[in-house]
Amino acid sequence: MTIGLEHYLVLSALLFCIGLYGALTRRNAVIILMCIELMLNAVNISLVAFSSYIVPLLLTGQVFAIFVMVVAAAEVAVGLAIILAIYRHLTDIDVNNINLMKW
Amino acid sequence: MGLTIAFWIMAVVIIAAALSVIFLRNVFRAALMLILCFIAVAGIYITLSADFLAAVQILVYVGAISVLVILAIMMTREVQKGNPANKMQIPVAVVAAVLLGILVYAVTCTPWRLSPSAPLTPTTVPLATRLFSENGFILPVEIGALLLLAAILGAIVITREK
Repeated sequence: MTIGLEHYLVLSALLFCIGLYGALTRRNAVIILMCIELMLNAVNISLVAFSSYIVPLLLTGQVFAIFVMVVAAAEVAVGLAIILAIYRHLTDIDVNNINLMKW
Repeated sequence: MGLTIAFWIMAVVIIAAALSVIFLRNVFRAALMLILCFIAVAGIYITLSADFLAAVQILVYVGAISVLVILAIMMTREVQKGNPANKMQIPVAVVAAVLLGILVYAVTCTPWRLSPSAPLTPTTVPLATRLFSENGFILPVEIGALLLLAAILGAIVITREK
């Protein structure tokens, strides 16, 4: 059985759903950021798969994947800075206890 | 044939590593599993003949982002109580399963118009041409540079001691 576009897309969907489940159920803020990275990687897999199966000579999907990586790097830097600032103020990174902005 | 075997190995490693990121009790081991998942994603890029992206994945994710994550885990070590879950596990599991079903249904039922030509194999030069050429993506590249600068400044300002 040869590997086709559908295999990569199903793998990407599976990884995205695992990341979604983790991001919504975990209470440790660092684990939530790690799950968001998993979801971004899942999107990147599907972008690169589209790029090499549908527009192999244009490489548009790979260009988009590069921009996703840039945004992911910025997001993880700011996100971890926010977690460290919260830790310094509250001495806790459990998101159930961080309810400063809860209305 | 070799490509098929490589794909299945990488897929199994990715799914197993992602599940253990979520379900391992020890946060540090979860971070190591995340690194394994990133390396396997780089292998998936290689099977898709995206060599430049595989190198960037190793450099950015395995080299930089995982170091940041491990640094954050070590700096918040005094309050780590493992990797507990909240009370929303069953509804979120239902939502994730429904989303997975919808995605798999959409993927398998769409008639994809596959291109007959083989993908370019050294992708570095074509990617650079796409990114930096006259009618390419030069404006998003500049905006990306600005975004990274703003993120660096923001991270420094947020974490600075008074």
